[in-house]
Amino acid sequence: MIPELGHYALVLALVMALAQGTLPLIGAQRGIRPWMQLAGPAALAQFAFVAIAFLALVRAFVTSDFSVAIVAQHSHSDMPLLYKISGTWGNHEGSLLLWVLILNIFGALVAALGVNLPPRLKARTLAIQALISVGFLLFLLFTSNPFARLADAPSEGSELNPLLQDPGLALHPPMLYLGYVGFSIVFSFAVAALIDGKIDAAWARWVRPWTLLSWTCLTGGIALGSWWAYYELGWGGWWFWDPVENASFMPWLIGTALLHSALVVEKRDSLKAWTILLSILAFGFSLLGTFLVRSGIITSVHAFADDPTRGVFILILLAIAIGAPLTLFALRAPSLRAGGLFAPISREGAMVMNNLLLATMTATVLLGTLYPLILELFTGKTISVGAPFYSATFGVLALPLLFLMAIGPFLGWKRGDLKGALQRLVAAGIAALGAGAIALWIKLDGPLLAPLALAGAIWLLVGTIIEWAERVKLFRSPWRSALRRARHLPRAAYGMSLAHAGLAIAIIGMTGSAAWKSEQIQVLQIGQSLQLQGYDFKLESIGPARAENYLADRAHFVVTKGGDHVADLYPERRQYLVQPMPTTEAAINSSFLADLYAVIGEPDGKGGWTVRVYHEPLVPWIWFGALTMVVAGFVSLSDRRYRVGAPVKAGGAQSAKVPA
Amino acid sequence: MTAWRALLAVLILALAWPAMAQEAQLADPQLEQRARDLAREIRCVVCQAQSVADSDADIAKDMRILIREQIAAGRSDQEIRDYLVARYGDFVLFEPPFKASTYVLWIGPFALFGLALLGTVVFFRRRAASPGAVTALSAEEQRRVAELLAEGDNQTLDKGPGDKGLGDKGPGDKGSGA
Amino acid sequence: MRRLVYLLPILLVAALVAVFWRGLDPARDKSALPSALIGQPAPALDLPPLREGDPSFSLAAFKGKPVAVNFFASWCLPCRAEHPLLSRIGDEFGIPVVGIAYKDTAANARGYLAELGDPYAAIGQDESGRAGIEFGLTGVPETYILDGEGIIRYRLAGPISPENFADQLAPEIRAVLQ
Repeated sequence: MIPELGHYALVLALVMALAQGTLPLIGAQRGIRPWMQLAGPAALAQFAFVAIAFLALVRAFVTSDFSVAIVAQHSHSDMPLLYKISGTWGNHEGSLLLWVLILNIFGALVAALGVNLPPRLKARTLAIQALISVGFLLFLLFTSNPFARLADAPSEGSELNPLLQDPGLALHPPMLYLGYVGFSIVFSFAVAALIDGKIDAAWARWVRPWTLLSWTCLTGGIALGSWWAYYELGWGGWWFWDPVENASFMPWLIGTALLHSALVVEKRDSLKAWTILLSILAFGFSLLGTFLVRSGIITSVHAFADDPTRGVFILILLAIAIGAPLTLFALRAPSLRAGGLFAPISREGAMVMNNLLLATMTATVLLGTLYPLILELFTGKTISVGAPFYSATFGVLALPLLFLMAIGPFLGWKRGDLKGALQRLVAAGIAALGAGAIALWIKLDGPLLAPLALAGAIWLLVGTIIEWAERVKLFRSPWRSALRRARHLPRAAYGMSLAHAGLAIAIIGMTGSAAWKSEQIQVLQIGQSLQLQGYDFKLESIGPARAENYLADRAHFVVTKGGDHVADLYPERRQYLVQPMPTTEAAINSSFLADLYAVIGEPDGKGGWTVRVYHEPLVPWIWFGALTMVVAGFVSLSDRRYRVGAPVKAGGAQSAKVPA
Repeated sequence: MTAWRALLAVLILALAWPAMAQEAQLADPQLEQRARDLAREIRCVVCQAQSVADSDADIAKDMRILIREQIAAGRSDQEIRDYLVARYGDFVLFEPPFKASTYVLWIGPFALFGLALLGTVVFFRRRAASPGAVTALSAEEQRRVAELLAEGDNQTLDKGPGDKGLGDKGPGDKGSGA
Repeated sequence: MRRLVYLLPILLVAALVAVFWRGLDPARDKSALPSALIGQPAPALDLPPLREGDPSFSLAAFKGKPVAVNFFASWCLPCRAEHPLLSRIGDEFGIPVVGIAYKDTAANARGYLAELGDPYAAIGQDESGRAGIEFGLTGVPETYILDGEGIIRYRLAGPISPENFADQLAPEIRAVLQ
């Protein structure tokens, strides 16, 4: 019964979306107030229906209702509760429902919080959001019904793929979707503004918090996925330039450019066309990602479905959803009122370079991802485009970006003083050169990109600290007044500093791991040990272990360095009971400078076990840097100036007109 | 077809014969390192985007053995790559080759950047030529500015706590820059 | 000119959609790696024979006429499924079918053939898997069609089925026989 209710709720949501997608648009065009005002309540109602449907599906999973097809295919009654819940989105249909839910969460949030939005803008934005929802609800209902029942319900399910039975991976899709589905609302704002024909600082002010929220969640989502791959997949890697990984990375790059571009629109009423284009593209790349994952066009470890009809549907959805706004853009953008002028060397100029670099980097990732497909379609030849390509192109393009990031905040609006900025950054330059030299000294014959990237990251990190120090006049005034200034700096300023610093830290981690990683593989008997980078890994024992739904061989390693005990590692080799897939659980010991990583492989039948051990320098910095960026995003969001529609303070008559 | 491929992959992994040929490492650590590095460059043809070094598949192991054999026999890295490419195609290398079919791939990003940079330069040139453009101050204007500033210094201007910070700032900016 | 720049995004998207449309063509098999050896001479193999008393296995012995080379293994389930169709190649087209036991012990391979029947004109043993790599093999079963000069003309990856026998294998064999 409940699944049917869920199904019905989806149909109701579709009807609501159809109304929400059409009437407010016409109302805004013709000035029919009641039709415009319909948008808000409709968005809330649509959200309610989708939420009911989602909860119905979660309930089906939690109660192990195997008469529902996807529950039978992806769940099992012996699984821990967490994975019964996460199983809801561990499959194509369920994850799509999550997609639609988040689409509607954002719509409802704008409906509820956007009290100060101009009525026309609000009506149009919610209408566009609803039209996207219509597309996806149709897709769900006609090709991917999550509530499809089995005529013959099995007594037990086929279990969630063991690789997905992991806390990190349970959280990864919701966070990721909050990110790139969140860009949908920015997209809707942009299309609404294009229809209106007017983009101004107020529009940018509405849009920035939503962009920031989406970007922050996307950063977290990507980092989670990467972290999971690192500790789960067993060979110490954390990024593979897989098509679907790239599909989540491209919206992130565009989102970063968008964040900075919207800033310029807000402060200087400039770069409007760029910002609108980026708003459309950010969500456009999200849709592209959806297409790549679910159409079966590219085989990938992440790919869900292999169904051409689904592929065709999404492609048509993609074509309309991106094609229509871009056509509108081609028509309307040239007549957008040009904003403030600025010199090439200025903060706006730096933002233009920023947009340019990020856009080129995105195009590079897109090229690398699609090239094998295009080549195969047109010539029949197959090639692989792997990390070496991206290091040589994307990595190289990242260097000028890092260089610029430290300088940008020192440049003034309209016209900046480059010489002055560089003078202030001398310390950062020295630190960067030093770091690069050390990197070269550590490994002279490694890839050249490593010392360059490290130098760039140190340049950025030190430069960011210098910028903050300058702002609070750390060395030029008594420390008390510096502290006072520091306390009164707007939170968004800290957001910027933390985000830039976080990126620098993450890049330092990435360089360390990619360039200086070392490994050792050996067949060990119990009691034997192997050496790596001065560490001694002794295989103490291997014994059986078990949990609710798997059996495992669990090894115990004692790690010592120069005789001193460093860590105990317990890697496992698991065999899940229902899906007979062996998975490895790596054991990792993290310290400030490096990770020690141990994996056990197959036994050789003579008492020996294949053992793989990695020394990964600086890897923990990657996760720490990403976390810093996420924190930065939330810090920025908490800045009072971004709280759109915040309650008006008594006596603050001015703020009634302008969003808090 | 895809279902069969998946089945094959599972079978090859699940029913893999325990080490038909023992995977011995090369005695010389330098050669062994070469073998490992080379194995990381070769894509496993049955697994999803794993390198031959990381994959547990049988074919991956056979290729690792082959690589070690050929290194021990004195072949160069490029010769070994060519050997595998001759049999499996360019697909087997993670680094796409630089040839006619991949010029667009390799040159594309830089060409794009160059074009975009060119476009920006043109854009700024146009802007500079238009009236109201932001240009450097002429000598006359600089003298006037110095005059006005000197004037200001004489009449103690009321300087508030908000500092002027760095560089020029627009009216709405309170020194955040974020 | 300026307007043209604004048209770029939509034009690029249109091109991309067209590419994807082509990519979704259901006739396209995106999982099979095309053989790099089509049009190349088959590798010269010299393998120990599986059947006792047979001469050493060599493809040179079959030069002058087309031959089908079939890689199989006793541990391979799809090989069992395709087994009945192997004799059809010989019966319908009159060309010999030779087998290569891939990564299998002689005992197991012989047992497998004793159980299912032996359709092969000659059988070689490839315990190490090296012959497979020489052929650019990505799994078992795979069947190669060689022409009279020993050039590889076609490769079928995966088991032979009645469908792909009629649609793909048969036309290729006919083409080779002409």
